[in-house]
Amino acid sequence: MLFDALTLQLGYNATLVALGSALLGISAGVTGTFLFLRKRALVADAISHATLPGVGLAFIVMVSLGGDGRNLAGLMLGSAVSAWAGLLAVQAITRRTRLAEDAAIGAVLSVFFGAGVVLLTVIQNMSSGRQAGLDGLLLGSTAGMLFQDAMIIAGGGAITLALVLLLRRAMTLVAFDAEYARSIGINTDRIDMLTMLLVMAVTVVGLKIVGLILIVALLIIPPVTARFWTERSELVAAYAGAIGGVSGYIGAAISASAPSLPTGPIIVLTCFALFIVSLFFAPERGVLAAYLRHRRFQRRVHIRQGLLALAQEQPVYEPLTIRLLASEGLARRDGVPTEAGRARAAKALRDEHRWHVVHSLPDYEAVSSLYDGLRDIETVLTADQIAEIDTHIGGPKGVPA
Amino acid sequence: MTHLELAADHGHRVAQERLEASPLAIRGLTVSYGEKPAVFSVDATIEDGSMTAIIGPNGAGKSTLLKAALGVIKPLSGTVTVHGKPLESARGRIAYVPQRASIDWDFPARVIDVVLMGLYRELGMIARVTGAHRRKALDCLERVGMGDFAHRQIGQLSGGQQQRVFLARALAQDADLYLLDEPFAGVDAATEKAIIDVLKALKAQGRTVVAVHHDLATITDYFDHVFLINVRKVAEGPVATTFTAETLQKAYGGRLATTQIDDLELGAG
Repeated sequence: MLFDALTLQLGYNATLVALGSALLGISAGVTGTFLFLRKRALVADAISHATLPGVGLAFIVMVSLGGDGRNLAGLMLGSAVSAWAGLLAVQAITRRTRLAEDAAIGAVLSVFFGAGVVLLTVIQNMSSGRQAGLDGLLLGSTAGMLFQDAMIIAGGGAITLALVLLLRRAMTLVAFDAEYARSIGINTDRIDMLTMLLVMAVTVVGLKIVGLILIVALLIIPPVTARFWTERSELVAAYAGAIGGVSGYIGAAISASAPSLPTGPIIVLTCFALFIVSLFFAPERGVLAAYLRHRRFQRRVHIRQGLLALAQEQPVYEPLTIRLLASEGLARRDGVPTEAGRARAAKALRDEHRWHVVHSLPDYEAVSSLYDGLRDIETVLTADQIAEIDTHIGGPKGVPA
Repeated sequence: MTHLELAADHGHRVAQERLEASPLAIRGLTVSYGEKPAVFSVDATIEDGSMTAIIGPNGAGKSTLLKAALGVIKPLSGTVTVHGKPLESARGRIAYVPQRASIDWDFPARVIDVVLMGLYRELGMIARVTGAHRRKALDCLERVGMGDFAHRQIGQLSGGQQQRVFLARALAQDADLYLLDEPFAGVDAATEKAIIDVLKALKAQGRTVVAVHHDLATITDYFDHVFLINVRKVAEGPVATTFTAETLQKAYGGRLATTQIDDLELGAG
């Protein structure tokens, strides 16, 4: 069943939904990246919740004009207008009062959402509203998706994506260093506004498939996931697009393969699964990698400290240090150094003296900043330089030539 | 015209010529956060080809003056001209090196990506980054002694190295006027030397350098002009005549003990 869905053999509607979801996922992931880099992920929440009253109003207007209240294009237009109003409200509160953006977002989000719920309740009680199914736009409902709807979603997603690609360089600059961006003549307010407009466009495009509440997940989880795998902003955007696209496609396929699995939530959960895998297993930034790195570092510190203690014939107290020295064959379980341990300890102590010399010589300033108490001195200085430093320490004394 | 009018007219013309000759002329600049001006009615005429240090006590508005001069923050009043032209039409001639502490260094970018940002005006929004652009960026990194770091993650750099990357980004802009905000703050001695060498090389090419500076002991070695500020302008002019015990006392007030002033290598006054 799932295989059929993945290969688009589950019928017309499932195919439309899968392709639409993939495209939505790509544009949400790429657009969301710039919101994430600008550290304004929360704004997506305000935008998405602020769409709801617009949905209700658009329905009422279309019905009162004698049209079909469920026309997707009309609902999208209405939601865009109210999302825009919400965005302006957040901005006005942040600029004209002393309230911080998070407080403004919280206030706008809940008020707009509350107003939207009231409108939907009113619509439910209208004679024409019984079958409106507008609540489907909260969490997405793809059951009755029309070809025309799919085209609107595909077109909207593609246009958004193209605009993001056009603005990516300016948006990256503003996100990294807004003051510098302003100094080279970029209008940062305009770029921020355009970014928000694009986020709004993705939200509106995603209404039908994932719904206005869950679109935030598709905007934010892909870039956060992508960030685990790369240290370059343009790759974060590319990977986020891929992650969003794959989540959309697989999520839609999974939901189509069983009778009552809702599309939007399944897409978000698929995306979340990719996030969890990245969180733990990403090579550099993952939790597991960080843990292993910490353990390796701790091991080096303990061994070094142990060796220095041995070299100065001080007792080693910490059980972990003794255990690590023993496992390297540098000491016995009772803390008495082995032959190899004595040699390494002497070397460690000598390196320590050499570092002291390095610190005192102005010529080695750059090298001396690398000193972390662990590095073998050979990794940063040439043999000649070490020989020169050793002349400051002096060889064994009182030995007849 | 009467004699008085002629004299006034002459004075006006001289002032106009000075303004047009100056790579950065500021007139009546006031910047306020809330209702307390950080910079109040400041005039400054930066000398062409000079190396000017902006000095003054903490909270004197040094960085604010620089940012307002760049249009990074919006002044309450005042005008800024670059070679006599409005700031906006002269953006391409100015390069800014912000304080490195103002940045999140965990941002996903490599050293070369940051330097390439300096080519934004040249590249525009969509033009592809070519090999020539990368070579130019690498060249700028070489000039600050960071050529080997091009593909490092910016988060792995030390404070001094971050500062040098910011300078390399400004060099990529190939500007006439370089404005730096505390370029020597919290950097190692090797970086300080690398930066001052680059700045002196820029001056030798006839470019103008303006830096907010906090270390009075190095003023005479590094700069030829000073601008003293403490919310209001205190003095401006060549180090030899303006960097004196008197102007320092005026700018810093009691915050600078006379014994400290005695230790400095001051201008003749």
